Amino acid sequence: MTDEDENGSGDPTPLRRPGEGVPPKPEGPKTSVAADVAALAGGLKTTLQEFFRPVVTTEYPEEKTPRSERYRGRHYLRRYDNGLERCIGCELCAAACPVGCILVIAAENTEENRVSPGERYAKTYEINMLRCIFCGYCEEACPVQAIVLGPEYELSDTSREKFIYTKEKLLEPLPPDVQARLSQAHAPLPNPPPEGGRAPNR
Amino acid sequence: MSDFYNNAIGHWVVVAIAMTLLLFVVLTATAYTVWFERVALGRIQRRPGPNRVGPFGLLQLAADGVKLAFKESFIPAKTDKVMYVVAPTIAVAAAFLSWAVIPIGIWYNVQYWIADLNIGVLLVFAFSSLNVYAIMLGGYSSNNKYSLLGGLRSAAQLISYEMALGLSLVPTFMIVGSLRLRDIVDYTVHWGPYTGPLPLIILTPIGFVIYLMAAVAETNRAPFDLPEAEQELIGGFLTEYSGLKFVMYYLAEYVNMITVAALATLLFFGGWYLWIVPPVLAFFLKVVFFLFLYIWLRGTLPRLRYDMLMRLGWKVLLPLAIANIIVTGVVLVVVQG
Repeated sequence: MTDEDENGSGDPTPLRRPGEGVPPKPEGPKTSVAADVAALAGGLKTTLQEFFRPVVTTEYPEEKTPRSERYRGRHYLRRYDNGLERCIGCELCAAACPVGCILVIAAENTEENRVSPGERYAKTYEINMLRCIFCGYCEEACPVQAIVLGPEYELSDTSREKFIYTKEKLLEPLPPDVQARLSQAHAPLPNPPPEGGRAPNR
Repeated sequence: MSDFYNNAIGHWVVVAIAMTLLLFVVLTATAYTVWFERVALGRIQRRPGPNRVGPFGLLQLAADGVKLAFKESFIPAKTDKVMYVVAPTIAVAAAFLSWAVIPIGIWYNVQYWIADLNIGVLLVFAFSSLNVYAIMLGGYSSNNKYSLLGGLRSAAQLISYEMALGLSLVPTFMIVGSLRLRDIVDYTVHWGPYTGPLPLIILTPIGFVIYLMAAVAETNRAPFDLPEAEQELIGGFLTEYSGLKFVMYYLAEYVNMITVAALATLLFFGGWYLWIVPPVLAFFLKVVFFLFLYIWLRGTLPRLRYDMLMRLGWKVLLPLAIANIIVTGVVLVVVQG
């Protein structure tokens, strides 16, 4: 065994010249059989204690961990209380989307067919949920708070086509707790959202 | 009853029934050992372990078995096909053959189990040594460097530990004077007022410690699971095995684990004698205790480095075992005059 084999415990030892004797090995920490066995017993004791402590696993499908109020899950398109859609087809959400997963095709509102209070409305509103990264920029970009990210995250499905969320699907009623939070937060529209954390940086 | 045993046909009837029963019992025990291990390891890591299939996850192994049985049995290109297929069968056959001499049917006046050999322990070790062929040939024939490394490690490891394992038991044989497992369990002492069976761990504690360590190494269990070594050798000799061939290795590993647990019970812990506990239950409890010990060790200790493994085997366990034999011999001579 040469001195290179010793792991560096401090000062670098000078190289030996040929013929020079091997320097004595530096004294490591004393090891004894008793200490080793004690260490072994300590480890076994620890694992045995863990064995009798309660399990910490969350049994996922049955019980779920709490999520933040502002969790960003699947999207919803909102309506006004009188039933008109909020979306005015401005496509700012599509412009803000970093992955380009939102498709908005706008159409003019007419007297016979009034869908939204503005000039135009979204004739087609599709989100490709496979591409969506749930960043929430669309929610921030929207001038009328039409699109909002809800709490659902279990979005698995059986075909790629089913992940193109159409306007019909997105217009489904919001979960009541999200509804309550939003109506509290954005009572007078179109003010910027006053809730803390989300900076009104548009 | 004994007439029936001594009759040639009766003998074979008994043996055939015993073998069938044994296959069933050991397979079931193996399945529940795997379940036990997964649950116990889970609890050590504060997880629940399998709990989805059946009550308490008890049917998990049935589900796993079905899944593995229906997997494609894949043979990689350029393997030594005969060896590749034969190796797992050696493992499983050797694992089951050991059970021929383990006397688990001795209770309630059943006179012997499958074989009541006077060299029972020797036979068990002969068969458990066959396991090295299974692992080495499997590693060699897979045409995979990791498999080969796993096989080579296994060969080195088994040779190193087999010696210590065998020698650790020699004091027991010296004290009892027989290699027949039944005689070792029935070893009785007359110490003053006490006359009765004695767990031999009291007489050979060092032999027991050596046996325990060497047996873990012999069955390739953590912390001596170098032939598998998932992290360094991506599974070692098991790398290229899948489907039923994988099941065979897996089964063999757990049967061997139960075998060494049963042997520890028989050789050191007085077999089926435990105060007033019924013999079947006593034997079962002792084996479960040893299985838990192995699982506990696996949940606690990190894998040894290869050179540490060799050092422990050759420089610690082997000299200790030999010293143990010498000391026991001297003591026996002194005590017995």
